[in-house]
Amino acid sequence: MRGIQKNLDTFQGLGVRPIAISVDTPELSRNLCARQGYTFTFLSDPKAEVIRRYDLVHPRAGVKGQDIARPAEFLLDSSGTVRWVNLTDDFRVRARPEQMIEAAKLLH
Amino acid sequence: MRVKLLTDIRSLNTRRINWPIGAGFLLSLAALASYPLFFAQFPVTRDFPWANLLLFGAAAVLLAVGLRRAFSPQARYRGKIAGPILTVASMAAMGFFAFLVFFASRGLPSSHGAPQVGQKAPDFTLPDIDINGKPVSLAELLAQARASASDKSGHPRSVLLIFYRGYW
Repeated sequence: MRGIQKNLDTFQGLGVRPIAISVDTPELSRNLCARQGYTFTFLSDPKAEVIRRYDLVHPRAGVKGQDIARPAEFLLDSSGTVRWVNLTDDFRVRARPEQMIEAAKLLH
Repeated sequence: MRVKLLTDIRSLNTRRINWPIGAGFLLSLAALASYPLFFAQFPVTRDFPWANLLLFGAAAVLLAVGLRRAFSPQARYRGKIAGPILTVASMAAMGFFAFLVFFASRGLPSSHGAPQVGQKAPDFTLPDIDINGKPVSLAELLAQARASASDKSGHPRSVLLIFYRGYW
């Protein structure tokens, strides 16, 4: 998230609209954004419904044993087709901003 | 006999503080704690935790030096009891770190159903995080992207969905 915010101008210059999705409640995400200064769009999926539809559930991995999202990034063109995707096999390792910028540059 | 005991006690009191043992122990705790608190924030030190492994390595060197001093025949340093205890505790910290970083964080199920390159991303509607949260749909986001696609920057508009674990 930090990396996205830091490169937000670059993303916007490339026509990319970042959307962050997690199981956090709106209130929790609101606090996070206020604290960290994130200005892009955050959506809240507390029941992990969309996360499940995208097959990105990490079962019972939350502090209260709830299902949460595994990290994943999808770049969609304006028709909604996936043009680039990053699914990690280690939840510490997520896509770096440079990878996503590179992917956005290859869109045409 | 009595004299010997006295010299033993005196030598115990005059044995010097064996600082590398304490320093090595504290450094190994710092190596463990600094990953979540600091190094995990930066991809360079997050993806492969070399900074933390270096700190653990330095801690191991300090402990080795301290143990060698404690158990040297000259017996000029303290730490015959604290040394082994703190060394075992430090090794436990390192083992715990290695378990988390090289094993636990890879325990992700496979994800065959996730949308792949060339497929359409499934539509969804989710509330945004404003106080009066309003629903936002992917269809709407894509429509906005198409509507602005003709402006002069010339670059195609896109949407980057970032799923993250959250803070619960």
